Amino acid sequence: MPTHELPAPFDPGLPERMPDPAIRLPRRTVLKWFAAAAAASQVAGCLDRSGPGGMAPITAPGYGTDPLLTRVYKAGDAWPLTLTEAERTASVALADFIMPADAYGPAASKLRVVDFIDEWVSAPYPGQMNDRKIIVPGLAWLESESRRRYGAAFTTLAAAQMDGICADICFEKNATEPFKAGARFFSVFRGLTAGAYYSTPAGWKAIGYEGNVPLPKFDGPPPAVLAMLEVEQTVK
Amino acid sequence: MPIVTAKTAQPAYDVVIVGSGAGGGQMAMTLTLAGLKCVMLEAGRAYDPATETAMFQRPDQAPLRGVGTPEKNFGFYDATVDGGWQVPNEPYTQGSDDPARKFWWWRARMLGGRTNHWGRISLRNGPYDFKPHSRDGLGFDWPIGYEDVEPYYTKVEQLIGVYGTNEGRENTPDSPDGVLLPAPKGRAAELLVQKHAKTVGVPVMPIHRAVLTKALDADTIPAKLFPGNEWAQKIVADSMRRRGACFWATPCGRGCSIGANYQSTTVHLPPALATGNLDILPNAHAREVLLGADGKANGVLFVDKTTGNEERVRGRIVILAASSGETVRILLNSKSASFPNGLANSSGKVGKYVMDTVGTSLVGQIPKLENVPSHNEDGAGGSHFYSPWWLYKEQLAGKLGFARGYHIEMGGSRDMPGGWNPLPDDLGQGAYGTKFKEAARRYYGSFVYLSCRGEMIPNEDSFAELDPVVKDKWGTPVIRWNWKFSEHELRQADHAQDTFTAIFAAMGGTVRRAKPKTGTEIEPGGKIIHEVGGALMGADAKRSVVNGWNQTWDVKNLFLVDASPFPSNSDKNPTLTIMALAWRTGDYIVDQAKKGNI
Repeated sequence: MPTHELPAPFDPGLPERMPDPAIRLPRRTVLKWFAAAAAASQVAGCLDRSGPGGMAPITAPGYGTDPLLTRVYKAGDAWPLTLTEAERTASVALADFIMPADAYGPAASKLRVVDFIDEWVSAPYPGQMNDRKIIVPGLAWLESESRRRYGAAFTTLAAAQMDGICADICFEKNATEPFKAGARFFSVFRGLTAGAYYSTPAGWKAIGYEGNVPLPKFDGPPPAVLAMLEVEQTVK
Repeated sequence: MPIVTAKTAQPAYDVVIVGSGAGGGQMAMTLTLAGLKCVMLEAGRAYDPATETAMFQRPDQAPLRGVGTPEKNFGFYDATVDGGWQVPNEPYTQGSDDPARKFWWWRARMLGGRTNHWGRISLRNGPYDFKPHSRDGLGFDWPIGYEDVEPYYTKVEQLIGVYGTNEGRENTPDSPDGVLLPAPKGRAAELLVQKHAKTVGVPVMPIHRAVLTKALDADTIPAKLFPGNEWAQKIVADSMRRRGACFWATPCGRGCSIGANYQSTTVHLPPALATGNLDILPNAHAREVLLGADGKANGVLFVDKTTGNEERVRGRIVILAASSGETVRILLNSKSASFPNGLANSSGKVGKYVMDTVGTSLVGQIPKLENVPSHNEDGAGGSHFYSPWWLYKEQLAGKLGFARGYHIEMGGSRDMPGGWNPLPDDLGQGAYGTKFKEAARRYYGSFVYLSCRGEMIPNEDSFAELDPVVKDKWGTPVIRWNWKFSEHELRQADHAQDTFTAIFAAMGGTVRRAKPKTGTEIEPGGKIIHEVGGALMGADAKRSVVNGWNQTWDVKNLFLVDASPFPSNSDKNPTLTIMALAWRTGDYIVDQAKKGNI
């Protein structure tokens, strides 16, 4: 049961998923962002949207109160996508840095994670529109920071260079003052990347979810799990 | 043609039923199987769970990976369509701007109503729950007792199929042998809670839910439910055989296309339609009960939402099962010379004593549940275990500081991921790359939630009335809610928070936030969607709206079979009791109709 962004939080009587108030993303004013984006505009070029019409408001309608639930939707079906090509390219680079190909599973870009982020920041709902105000200027800031440090676009950086920037913004709690806003962006972006990544079959495998398949019977946890937890199955 | 329109409906029926959820569905089934011709008015659209339910659809196949939005509050795949905390064109208002005094009203505008997505938790009221005033001097007694309702609890459980166990606990009734379906095996987190909660005195055991852990016995149950009526038995048996047993996947909140859990649209309405005695009129929003010169109800005036026109349908008996708020609204809007303050309201009690369930929850993180080998815990699509209220004696002795109990609903977190970040930043400690994936896997399934579901005592400050100004799109005055919890509820929520904290500590875990100040963690009124009361049942016509047969004192052919007649709202979820009372009322109506009394 999704709870975190809803104007109307969850009813644990209907738990479609676990609520965790600590995952809730605080909604601070992001005026800093616009300052940062404006500063970035001198160097960030195509990622700057601070000019006229740059951050156009989302005006598309939502999917309504009675959408068809049984069809397969892809990003862009419910409302138009709004990220620029440059923003999408930067997002791909960052998402793949956060969720690379490794023993757990494929890279984020293989799982259409950036399509999801684009759909999210283009959505006509209040929670998503708040995130839009963090993600779009954040991508511009990332680009300006990359050019400031390395004189190159973020998408062209070597892994060690990306690591240099991400290390400064990866944990809001520890971020120093110049990187507070960058850390806010990184937290939201990482949360969206993970939310998308783990909603796919490959993501399920990566995290250890084995359900959504019909079974002839339900046996409860296997013996190894019971032993690890030092519990017995009490329902015979 | 079972689905009709305002134009194709018959001019008159034996019975007009307003609402298609638990109460309306059960009433339609009971009456049509007894041969009465019924029409059912539903304010929303028709709905077919067999073709419309998202079953194995994944989050990555939905907009926003299925997370909730203002248009689909409980997630994209939740069964509710055209419903939620707000419904377009159908406002409601509040008597106060104070957030603590607001009422959240969840409505579903669809055939089957809220039964399509509910939690399926099916608990019987116990003997104390019908006589709370006699026990502690607070609230109101019901004019009926457990023994009056027990046969109908058993019938409903056999009809809808409820899993669980008989544990012989105080005020937590056992079902007769052979009635309950097998309880599903405990999940890892549930078994861990069970083991450790015991050490702090909290018992944990299988919950009762309306999910078929095996197919219903269609060869023997129908004869028990409808003795002497072979025609009804055959119809019910056919309907039972069409329901599949649970295949241990997909959350029940999405509804169930194979009918493995109870929803009105898969259990009550198919057999009622199979009788040929039921017409269903969707998009028909009841506005007034029509009163004849003889003082009896003779039909319902409704708005046809497809045209906006006012229409009428006639019947010799009228049943309201529209939800507490909507039933109150219909009665108060049914003004006449005989009833200037609203129909069946000579007592002035229509709208009074609305209740919800006390809700508060806490999430714990349990190191012992980290890095558990992956395994499938979808199970029965909802809780397998719970804690029934365990402190009746201490409470009666006055040791707790609040008068009524709560049960604990619980769950782990090895459910379907998707849409939301599974790794809170404080646990990830800034991780990205493979380290993030490692931590996400480590913590996945290590969160446990505990939720209080407790009894609220009816009070004078919690009621529904008509807003003097605001009307809906069709010009019908809307409900204005008034709300206040008493110290009993606030202290109860506080006790629950302390209990949850103690359980998590016993499990070696930590709570995901600090304990709040007393009372601040109680969910607002309505949030648990257990809206009951507003037209209370009682023994005295001057102080109640209906008698012990859910029959209004003032209009003897008008019955209320949603939760509006509940004089108390025990911690047990109301749906099973709604169905039991609707069946009992249906039998009474058939009996009285035969005797020519209504």
